[in-house]
Amino acid sequence: MNDHAGNASPENARPANERAANTPGTPPITLIRGGRLVDPAAGIDEKRDLLLRDGRVAEVAPRIHLSPADAAHTQILDATGLVVAPGLIDIHVHLREPGQTHKETIATGTAAAAAGGFTAVAAMPNTVPTNDTPEITRWMQSPDRNPSARVFPIAAATRALRGEQINDFAALKAAGAVAVTDDGHPILRDNIMREVLAAATRHGLPVIQHAEDTRLTEGASMNAGPVAFRLGLRGMPPEAEYGLVERDIRLVAELARDSKSARPHLHVAHTSTAQAVAAVHQARRNGLHVTCEVAPHHFLLTEHHVGCYNTHAKMNPPLRSEADRDAMIQGILDGVVDAIATDHAPHAAHEKEVEFERAPNGITGLETALGLSLHWLHGEWRLPLSRVLSLLSAQPAALLGFKGRGTLSVGSFADVIVFDPDAEWTWLAAHSRSRSRNSPFDGWTMRGRIRHTLSEGRLVHSA
Amino acid sequence: MTTLRQSIQSSRTRPDALPASVPFASTGHPGSLLGISDLSLDQITGTLTRASLLESEDPLARAHRLAKRRIALLFYESSTRTRTSFELAAKSLGCDTTLVSSLSSSIEKGETLKDTGLTLRALGAEAIILRHPNSGAPWLLEQSTGLPVLNAGDGMHEHPSQALLDLRTILACLGLGAETAIAANTLAGVTVTITGDILHSRVARSNMLLLPRLGARVQLCGPPALLPDLAAQAGPGITIERDFDHALAQSHIVMMLRIQAERLAGLQLDLDEYRQRYQLTVERLAAHPSVAHVLHPGPIIRGLELTAEVADGPQSRILDQVRNGVAIRMALVERALTATRSGATQ
Repeated sequence: MNDHAGNASPENARPANERAANTPGTPPITLIRGGRLVDPAAGIDEKRDLLLRDGRVAEVAPRIHLSPADAAHTQILDATGLVVAPGLIDIHVHLREPGQTHKETIATGTAAAAAGGFTAVAAMPNTVPTNDTPEITRWMQSPDRNPSARVFPIAAATRALRGEQINDFAALKAAGAVAVTDDGHPILRDNIMREVLAAATRHGLPVIQHAEDTRLTEGASMNAGPVAFRLGLRGMPPEAEYGLVERDIRLVAELARDSKSARPHLHVAHTSTAQAVAAVHQARRNGLHVTCEVAPHHFLLTEHHVGCYNTHAKMNPPLRSEADRDAMIQGILDGVVDAIATDHAPHAAHEKEVEFERAPNGITGLETALGLSLHWLHGEWRLPLSRVLSLLSAQPAALLGFKGRGTLSVGSFADVIVFDPDAEWTWLAAHSRSRSRNSPFDGWTMRGRIRHTLSEGRLVHSA
Repeated sequence: MTTLRQSIQSSRTRPDALPASVPFASTGHPGSLLGISDLSLDQITGTLTRASLLESEDPLARAHRLAKRRIALLFYESSTRTRTSFELAAKSLGCDTTLVSSLSSSIEKGETLKDTGLTLRALGAEAIILRHPNSGAPWLLEQSTGLPVLNAGDGMHEHPSQALLDLRTILACLGLGAETAIAANTLAGVTVTITGDILHSRVARSNMLLLPRLGARVQLCGPPALLPDLAAQAGPGITIERDFDHALAQSHIVMMLRIQAERLAGLQLDLDEYRQRYQLTVERLAAHPSVAHVLHPGPIIRGLELTAEVADGPQSRILDQVRNGVAIRMALVERALTATRSGATQ
């Protein structure tokens, strides 16, 4: 579950990552005192003090005493009655920059991340221009973007996401790319997908697929079924998702069979159908490296939430049937689902205030993922707190190979959240740090309130 | 391993009790008619009664009812019957009307529905009658303008005024006067078969949602490509019968639909086979004497879904439907401009 549990040695970060996400004004030392420390990767759920120094975790102990020399310039955060946990990691966000800064920028998107408890986000390549070069990959990670959380770019698998010409994975990886995908332009052609999987495997990169056979979804704007019929909307059949997942798994199996050394990693983005989760489960039983994520809206909402053509209930993959929604919850409870990821997809108000069929897909998610997960997965469906946090930190970190993140073991990055686990509050989209407000969860009750978010030692959010 | 069932049983709230958040939900202007389910049976009775009263009223007296009130017709799709009858209805009541169509307006230049609606409101429109190629567009227009909106057909979704005029036609066919108070058993024992391109038909949706509420049985008939099985789940009282002759044998009223070539989206149909299976001919009508009335919302394509002989024949009620359109739409326009938040009309 957690490949790097107990990882104590700071990994040699790539050059672009060497500079802390944060720069001036960082107190060299922070002591978080008296909190309940929940570090799923290290198997800790006990009262612990946490000492952060120079952007790293320096000490974890029941009681930490500062030396008089340190005490003078140590920031002390009282975490009595609060949970201290690894900063959350979202492996699926759209930060819109470069290109669509009216929707979001790296600065505003990561500010929303920090407010929601996320200290690292993996950014999709459907920017303008597409992130298919090392230059853009580096540009996105520059401190000049003023990020409040670490940004890990996911690069385009093919040139301009066209599914034709494969990009230079070695150069993209060297520039900091953590995975490749063609995002909302899924790779349909078998030979191209096979080549992408083979090339990515050679370079140790996961291939992320937005599984949608677009030949079956033309003109469609919601899940196929009785609700779509009733609303007069063309529907996206579930087989458009699971059919492509099954095809991809077949290609992974063929590659693994043909070459003993190759172990391709296929990651299925935002699974929304029961059959897709079942296919991933079966592939793993067959020894393949296939992982999947689920977004909060897919474990909470159904096609009925489209209601009177609510464009804040329009996303791709669409909200599905109740049976599919229940299968997402079950997949999470059973441990088949590897990560909760938001698919944070900001859009300007005027872009969503149009006819349902013409509205862009997607909703924001960074500020609501923890509150919804704690309220529903933990509060209602009794998933232990450490497992909820693991799905939001240790597991996604392991999935994309973020070394020294998703845990608070000594030597790890000082990515930390401090939150009140029992606080119930109402989330209002109008108060979002994101540049956009397109959320179906406006006015919903959240559980668990972030008090502090620290990114590599820097306090990036307090409430 | 926890099963979802166990987990749900141990939880305070079942997942189906999740809050339904619909921030875009209609503000629900009481004068609007967006979908046929907006109207209670009492309101339908009121509308039918009002339609008859206005229809029989002296035209000069009628023209004082809404004298100089402003109605905008906003048509993003072509229309003959609906547009003309709404316009004549509004004018009969004394309204000033203006027609904005997607060609020859700023819509061509990229103006959004919201901005077009706000512009019409600023020009004094007190209600907007909208036809639009996108399902759900009337909700957006109502939300954006706060005005009463009459849905004159939205995409593949609904055409509620058509369902009301069809109901008026059916009641007349059955000898039920306009004074009849509509109830849940008014059409008990009556089977209406809707045949043809159900998938793309907003008329079919409005009718299949309305007629069963009055006790009618609605049979849908057509090939799977134009009539998916799940259509039967749209509401109670709806069944599917693929065999047109079987369907006719059980029907009192048959409603024929045009194949909507503009919405087929690449779907290929063998029209010869379609005619053979689903065309309404005098022979078929003769073979099934229970079918006393033939309806069609128009436009009809003679020689495709029905033959010219049927369209012009004694069972055809197609032009009665058109006439009823004006009366029904007078009642709807009046309702749009006089309904109040408290729910009282007229």
